[in-house]
Amino acid sequence: MLKIKNLSAKVDGKTILKGINLEVKPGEVHAIMGPNGSGKSTLASVIAGHEDYEVVKGSMSYQGEDLSEMDPESRSHKGIFLSFQYPVEIPGVSVTNFVKTAINATRKAQGFDDMPANEMLKKIREKAALFDIDSRFLSRSLNEGFSGGEKKRNEIFQMAMIEPKLAVLDETDSGLDIDALKVVANGVNKFRNKDNAIIVITHYQRLLEYIVPDFVHVIFEGKTVKSGSKELAMDLESKGYDWIKEKN
Amino acid sequence: MKFQEKLLYSHIAFEELFDVNNPIHDKRLEALKVFEKKGFPSRKDEAWKYTSLNSLINKDYSLFPKKETPIELKKVKKFFLYEIDTYKIIFIDGVYSPFLSDTTHDGLDVCLMSAALSKFKYRKIIERYFANVADNKDSLTALNTSYTREGAYIYVPKNVVAEKPIEIIHFSTGKEQAIWLQPRNLIVLDTNSQVQIIERHQSLKPHEIVTNSVTEIYTNKDALLDYYKIQNDLTSSSLIDNTFISQEQNSTASVHTFSLGGKLVRNNLNFFHTGQRINSTLKGITILDGDQHVDHYTLVKHSQPNCESFQEYKGIFSEKSKGVFNGKIFVESIAQKTNAFQQSNNLLLDDLATVNTKPQLEIFADDVKCSHGCTIGQLDNDALFYLRSRGVPKKEAKALLTYAFANNILDGVQLPIIKKRIKSLISKKLGVNLGFDL
Repeated sequence: MLKIKNLSAKVDGKTILKGINLEVKPGEVHAIMGPNGSGKSTLASVIAGHEDYEVVKGSMSYQGEDLSEMDPESRSHKGIFLSFQYPVEIPGVSVTNFVKTAINATRKAQGFDDMPANEMLKKIREKAALFDIDSRFLSRSLNEGFSGGEKKRNEIFQMAMIEPKLAVLDETDSGLDIDALKVVANGVNKFRNKDNAIIVITHYQRLLEYIVPDFVHVIFEGKTVKSGSKELAMDLESKGYDWIKEKN
Repeated sequence: MKFQEKLLYSHIAFEELFDVNNPIHDKRLEALKVFEKKGFPSRKDEAWKYTSLNSLINKDYSLFPKKETPIELKKVKKFFLYEIDTYKIIFIDGVYSPFLSDTTHDGLDVCLMSAALSKFKYRKIIERYFANVADNKDSLTALNTSYTREGAYIYVPKNVVAEKPIEIIHFSTGKEQAIWLQPRNLIVLDTNSQVQIIERHQSLKPHEIVTNSVTEIYTNKDALLDYYKIQNDLTSSSLIDNTFISQEQNSTASVHTFSLGGKLVRNNLNFFHTGQRINSTLKGITILDGDQHVDHYTLVKHSQPNCESFQEYKGIFSEKSKGVFNGKIFVESIAQKTNAFQQSNNLLLDDLATVNTKPQLEIFADDVKCSHGCTIGQLDNDALFYLRSRGVPKKEAKALLTYAFANNILDGVQLPIIKKRIKSLISKKLGVNLGFDL
């Protein structure tokens, strides 16, 4: 589904990614871990197509299609979703209206008519229930005045509504208390199926106790330095990132 | 300066139309002298540093409205708040249109300046209020005063709450290729009265039109004024709006200005306080493109203690458009416990768009709270990326962010129908259909 080979990328003239290798197949959950400043969030932005980041070397394809020249909305229309570490506040646009806009924009790009209003509302109700989101929340302005936890929950709610093929969750666990973390992880696990794939970017192993990965990759100084099974995350937890740093 | 001369000599013919014994005759003549002496303002005047009238005044305009040109209601219906019942004072090329209007004398006066100026029963009000709060030393205001003939006259008596909003609309048909209009409005809210007013200037086809309008408003004790200026005219139309508001104690006056289109628009909006515990609100959204130019020049003069003023203007400028905001807050030494706030936030969406924004605070009292802030910025790239990564195309994503930037100005809009109308004008202006009503 996603193939990244020896990828280097820079922003503002500074090379952040210096050799990323990653292959994600349908049905898989990959965790990407690494110390602060190692390039995890940059990788997420590059996968989703942030125009400030320039790919300078290597390749990145999604469902066999080269991603390097594709704009972010087209990537979204083809099924790539990024859950942001810092979601943007949009005063005056409700959560419901934003979700409708996003879904219908994708449907339009795929040549379908807008989703019928009642079908949309039914889906919103169903997914909102999944994340313990009440209807008052849905009519609030998108992310405006939301707590850190509410923002993250809202991101995963949007993911459930949009139903992407490849979801990249960037530090979704940060700012969540343990109860909120369970709700979010539960939602992600319900979303998980054999046709879609998830990349979980996290600093801590904690989230991976709830969203169990098939593979774990460690990024250090912009490179994938280690890949392995979920046990790798445990090793990291017990030995700390210094273990990786020493080895490289 | 041929047009300026024309204004001076045409006045002789103008005055012959009226009874010279009317007390306003002298006021008109005095005003003409002021204009004769000062002429049109130029960029050498500090107040006109960023806005030049040269492109307007070096032309010839017809000055005297001809007879009414009838227009069909269905052609202009969309410019009215047709969804709700309103009083209407409608002018076509400067001439009153009884057909399109809906005036009243039942409980309050919603009628014509020409009637108020000529009929004896209005004389007391005219003598007390006409050309009183207006700055008679200002050349454009003086020019308007010297040619005062027609406009809206509204008088809301003591304890009366106007049950319907009042629409004042000036249509221009383009029958005259170039026309200079000078409407004059007088609005008096007596003690504890309330009214909502919507003002619009609308050209029906492209032609050279300049409107130099003066509106005097008086809010007596405990009165409440809610005023909306909808400026969404064609790019061939210019407007110089001179509005003067005099407030007595405990009164509240709020003016929202939505500047969404026009060739050159200058909003001179002035508030004067004559009592305590007054509240003045000035808010605006400006969205421009092409070569459009909008200048907000505000003044709040705090001359009494314990009053509040609140100004917030949001501007969004694309292509080669230009915006100006100059906000003057004057706090006299007696005006202790003044609370004055001013904010001007601007988005420049293209390289050639410009904005000049200038707070001007003159404070002579020591126990006051005055704050101001100006920002000029671009759309946030990360925010744009967020929306696009959710599948919202770039153009719509920009529109959503732009709308989000200006949105809070609409919070103070009391009339739901105005809010709805402005939102739809904004989405039209941004060129997007967002799939839902904003």
